[in-house]
Amino acid sequence: MPTLNDYLILSAILFAIGTAGVLIRRNIITILLSVEIMLNAVNLSFVAFGRALGTVDGQIIVFFVMTVAAAEAAVGLAIVIALFRHRESLNPATFTSLKW
Amino acid sequence: MTITPMLVAQIILTLFVFFMLLNSAAVMVYVERKVAALLQQRVGPYRVGPKGLLQPLADVIKLMFKEELRPKAADWFLFGLAPIISAACAFAAFAVVPFGADTTFFGLLKEPLRLQVADVNVAVLVIFAIASMSVYGIVLAGWSSNSKYSLLGGLRSSAQMISYELSYGLALAAVLLVGNTLSLRGIVNAQAGTWFGFLPRWFVLLQPVGFLIYFTAGVAETNRAPFDFPEAEQELVAGYHTEYSSMSFAMFFLAEYINMVTVSAVATNLFLGGWHGPFLPESLGWIWFLIKVAALLFFYVWMRWTLPRYRYDQLMKFGWKVLLPIAVINLLVTAAAVLYFGA
Amino acid sequence: MTLFYLFGAVAVITSLLVISQRNPIYSVLLLIASFGALSGLYVMLEAPFVAVIQIIVYAGAIMVLFLFVVMLLNAPHEETEQDERLHAFRRQGPLRFGAVLAIALAAELTWALTRGTGETGAFQGPAVSSVQEIGKALFTDYAFPFEVTSVLILVAMVGAVVLAKRDA
Repeated sequence: MPTLNDYLILSAILFAIGTAGVLIRRNIITILLSVEIMLNAVNLSFVAFGRALGTVDGQIIVFFVMTVAAAEAAVGLAIVIALFRHRESLNPATFTSLKW
Repeated sequence: MTITPMLVAQIILTLFVFFMLLNSAAVMVYVERKVAALLQQRVGPYRVGPKGLLQPLADVIKLMFKEELRPKAADWFLFGLAPIISAACAFAAFAVVPFGADTTFFGLLKEPLRLQVADVNVAVLVIFAIASMSVYGIVLAGWSSNSKYSLLGGLRSSAQMISYELSYGLALAAVLLVGNTLSLRGIVNAQAGTWFGFLPRWFVLLQPVGFLIYFTAGVAETNRAPFDFPEAEQELVAGYHTEYSSMSFAMFFLAEYINMVTVSAVATNLFLGGWHGPFLPESLGWIWFLIKVAALLFFYVWMRWTLPRYRYDQLMKFGWKVLLPIAVINLLVTAAAVLYFGA
Repeated sequence: MTLFYLFGAVAVITSLLVISQRNPIYSVLLLIASFGALSGLYVMLEAPFVAVIQIIVYAGAIMVLFLFVVMLLNAPHEETEQDERLHAFRRQGPLRFGAVLAIALAAELTWALTRGTGETGAFQGPAVSSVQEIGKALFTDYAFPFEVTSVLILVAMVGAVVLAKRDA
């Protein structure tokens, strides 16, 4: 039977993979996908903890996290579309106009 | 895992449901063509077999022998995956639909077997989830064919499906308020019995608007007329399945017909009382279920050959500006009524 | 336990493939597979409602949004950046640093979690998995965040429409 630790380690690995994606990739859409991976890893820990404590709070927090993730994905992708129209590129390194 | 008679019965039931779904698609092919013919005052298929009853068999054989084309510019993995996703989601949605009361098959089994492949207690949500997943088959079909018509058809079709999913879900939510449970079996059992001795306790009498919203959204979800603009032959060649041929095309058609059957079956369970009906014992309830589903499928075919097609912008406008507000108001009124009249 | 390893392996492997694919469409599809595996894990944690909501919201709606954007922007076949062709540890500057940091994070977290705290048993106590309980808590204890979330979604909708509009 998997223990709480097993779920937390899995969640940690997924979170690290998501972080790696954000730091390594040079495609905005893949970066946003990696952020979604991180959010899912966190959801997994919440549900695991909720189960361990026997309350329903874990699942409710997951509900809110999912909603916020949806809102953030929508706005993020709208920004990506607006940026793409401007510069025809999905590489975050091309958007350097605000740098000194 | 010991091989008990129950396990064997369960496996046979699963295979039986799968087989019956395939058969229902074949029957629907015939019914569609025959009813279309009668509505248009012609005869329809009458050569193949008595009264043309073997026509679906001829169609299947024809489709199997056609050459399987694969456009060179197409992304071959996604191209092959798309019809699989469509067909798999269509079958999977029926796994949680109950179609009869518990039965012991006239005493062959020691304990009653539920006539449902999987009895989960969040069945309504599972159906909704699998309906959401079936969008992917269409989107990937449109994209991977790498042709203008397919891409446009795929994007339009999936935009239509996700727009009508909202009204679909809200109509479901109103029924959940009345039925007080997420399990389909529970909702059907809440519709047993009659009022005043002759009016059955079907939810369609408590939720007439909900039933209409659900069925309309279901028709739009399955991309059937009058909401079939993205795959209409006169409009976009054939939309997202332009580049498909032979068995892949057959899989899309299979998926469409089975989705129709699932929508009708779920509508029957949610609104028309499932397998409850007069004059028959509980264990033969599946006959009533079949009759009700057949009636709804006939209505589907009737609508296709009677109503003109919505143009795409009219379709989207209808889904967002008309159906969604009505669904929300229906939910509010239902909630108020449930609060006022008690459970 | 084998189910846990199966779902966990699918989730980890598909996530690794997500961050290493060059074609964003494959990334999106692999992420959907990862969400499916996570949904299975939620069912194992006796949270069927969250499992189904994960499929409906994440795999069924958010990923469709991603897929639409990728298809509309139509930029998956662009040339891979020179930096991305090299292995993660051979790239210059910030990219190498990022890869090393990510590995360090994974190592630290795994070390912290496997040190052992003395509790090695399975989950004790009953699980609360009924949708009724969730609904009750959602509308009583968490009513305020619920309402705020609805406003948040409204704002996100309006924002997305305004940001993505063409300058008329």
